[in-house]
Amino acid sequence: MTPDFKHTPVIDQVGIEERVARFNTRSIKKDTKLSGLKLALNMIDLTTLEGKDTEGKVKQMCYKAMHVSDDLPGLPTVAAVCVYPNHVATAKHVLKDSQVKIASVATAFPSGNSTLNIKLEDTKLAVDSGADEVDMVISRGEFLKGNYNFVFDEIATIKKACGKARLKVILETGELSTLDNVRKASDIAIHAGADFIKTSTGKIQPAATMPVTLVMLEAIKDHYLKTNVMIGMKPAGGISTAKSALQYLVMLNETLGPKWMSNEWFRFGASSLANDIVLQLGKESKGVYYSKDYISID
Amino acid sequence: MKSEFNWEYAPAPEAKDHIKLKAQYDLFINGKFVKPYSKKYFATYNPATEEKLAEVAQANSKDVDLAVASAKNAYDKVWKKMPAKERAKYIFRIARVIQERARELAVIESMDGGKPIRESRDFDVPTAANHFFYYAGWADKLEYAFPNRNPQSLGVAAQIIPWNFPLLMAAWKIAPALATGNTVVLKPAESTPLSALKLAEIIQDCDLPPGVVNIITGFGDTGAAMVAHPNVNKIAFTGSTDVGKIIQKAIAGTNKKATLELGGKAANIVFDDAPINQAVEGIVNGIFFNQGHVCCAGSRLFVQENVAAEVIQKLKARMETLIVGDPLDKNTDIGAINSKEQLDKINEYLKIGSKEGLELFQTSASVPKKGFYCKPTLFIGAAQSNRVVQEEIFGPVLTIQTFRTIEEVIEKANNIPYGLSAGVWTDKGSKIFNLTSKLRAGVIWANTYNKFDPTSPFGGYKESGFGREGGLHGLMPYLKF
Repeated sequence: MTPDFKHTPVIDQVGIEERVARFNTRSIKKDTKLSGLKLALNMIDLTTLEGKDTEGKVKQMCYKAMHVSDDLPGLPTVAAVCVYPNHVATAKHVLKDSQVKIASVATAFPSGNSTLNIKLEDTKLAVDSGADEVDMVISRGEFLKGNYNFVFDEIATIKKACGKARLKVILETGELSTLDNVRKASDIAIHAGADFIKTSTGKIQPAATMPVTLVMLEAIKDHYLKTNVMIGMKPAGGISTAKSALQYLVMLNETLGPKWMSNEWFRFGASSLANDIVLQLGKESKGVYYSKDYISID
Repeated sequence: MKSEFNWEYAPAPEAKDHIKLKAQYDLFINGKFVKPYSKKYFATYNPATEEKLAEVAQANSKDVDLAVASAKNAYDKVWKKMPAKERAKYIFRIARVIQERARELAVIESMDGGKPIRESRDFDVPTAANHFFYYAGWADKLEYAFPNRNPQSLGVAAQIIPWNFPLLMAAWKIAPALATGNTVVLKPAESTPLSALKLAEIIQDCDLPPGVVNIITGFGDTGAAMVAHPNVNKIAFTGSTDVGKIIQKAIAGTNKKATLELGGKAANIVFDDAPINQAVEGIVNGIFFNQGHVCCAGSRLFVQENVAAEVIQKLKARMETLIVGDPLDKNTDIGAINSKEQLDKINEYLKIGSKEGLELFQTSASVPKKGFYCKPTLFIGAAQSNRVVQEEIFGPVLTIQTFRTIEEVIEKANNIPYGLSAGVWTDKGSKIFNLTSKLRAGVIWANTYNKFDPTSPFGGYKESGFGREGGLHGLMPYLKF
């Protein structure tokens, strides 16, 4: 039996914002900063989702995913690359058996405005081409209409089509308008079989914010307390600085605890974050900032 | 399977090398630091390290005489006659210098009182500055605040403040007194005099006319001499209910006005339709803010029966993430208990609660060996008759009771000699209004807790005292009409 989504827990926006402000006063220094930055790097889904993506760009990004910065020894790889389904095969070709996973967006990304059949085909293309993870979008129109069962069924159907691939469900919180809706959509996605819940496509502003992420982390926590089942979290879009990545990690650490502090359960969907982390790690090891010209932009 | 990633925060201590404390502080009377007639000094300690920080003068009744005389002189000759607009300029100046020296004041406040630097930096000092800013604005608008009532100042105000928010309480007292045209003799608590003495230096730097603000240090007998002094026109006291009663007796039969802000034992009420995760946050903020040394602390938690298990489970988990330790570390959530005496008192109540058969929960993290610390504590399964429910503990100790109906919780919340504050957590607006009209408490917070603003009046019912501080209401106790 599915829960009654008309009565999901309520959220107090002011309380959420105050809690976030509290996380942001944490002072992260020295070893804590170093280990946090490396962990954050290891949690990145290096992303390119543009209409103008080329095979060359995807290849270069995949190389970068494995060799983030070769002149800083001991750096981890990123967690995954995230591309459109038609680039999955290319990525697979470059990444081969490396630790870096391949995530593919699917289900008529980013709007999700299409029929279930087309969404299933889209998912199938991604999975058959070798994607380890599928990032789907929910039908926000149906959700806002109050058609929660539709949203639930769609996620459950896509989940089945994913087979062994892990499913990330994008709520596109920038279109959901209230934190109460964010919580409701999180609960629907979790109950329908999401392995991860994800904030945004990156195509709509605002994308990931800390308050929205906190609401989703709390949904994950509440589910874990009831069922002992862990769900992953992926804030995506808008997180571009090492400092803000550390703030997200503080929030994760103090909300869900050490169990979630790995790329199995937490990801950053970002394109430019990796380079800022490299810049900061370079500063930590060499004592000075070096010019961004020394860091490759792929 | 990877092992768990334990992300302990490295120490992030706030620097204190910029702090300059004198070895010995005299009494601030008539714009100068003067030696006490008593010739006696007493030490003030850092409760986190048990180290002596400085010695401060112990004022006797002769010193009080001198302070009151200088305040009266300043009132008659200068302050009363000064145009209100000019008075306001001085108050604005104090506010600005507090802001300029915010870091210094925050560090001193944490060193002398044990509160976490996060709170002194983000709450105590900025709110103190805001009080001066706010009341500076009222100084030349009193006739608009009270139209056709011809508001007049009273004279000399004797102000006695507690150790839990030393600088902020000084601001709460001094700012409205000056704005309304009164002069002041202020006594900070004996365990936390340093920030008030720094404020004295600031007042000196601001060129306030000598005698308008006098700050003297000492124990209870100094306060008693202030209260009893014939040339004092107004008493403002924040502290324990016991001392409040003594003050009431002492001024009976005189025409001294008084404001008393005394103890509390607030009910924090969580309904089943509340945003539970945010309510848990509010419970933590309500009782563990400033180590529970808050007169309006939400020390009695009432949870609706059907969500009690969930709330308690989440509360315990949240408490485990609280960092207890060095007040000067920027990541510390809970600092040191203010004094040995207070720690002994709290520990006594922990024994009483356990003896009464209540389930005790304390967080698992260790606390520093040196210094006065108390782990965040819950007493689960409490009842109205328990002493830990009835008496003010003034520490990080929360009692938890459950309730079934709204009538029951109103009755239990009001069934206490105090009436300072209360908290209500529900998603339903009508329930909030129902409760705010039925709870007998001066301040009621809905879906939040421990929110303060200079524009908002604060004060209690019953044994929590009378008179209001803050806002427009905070002007009235310093005026006659």
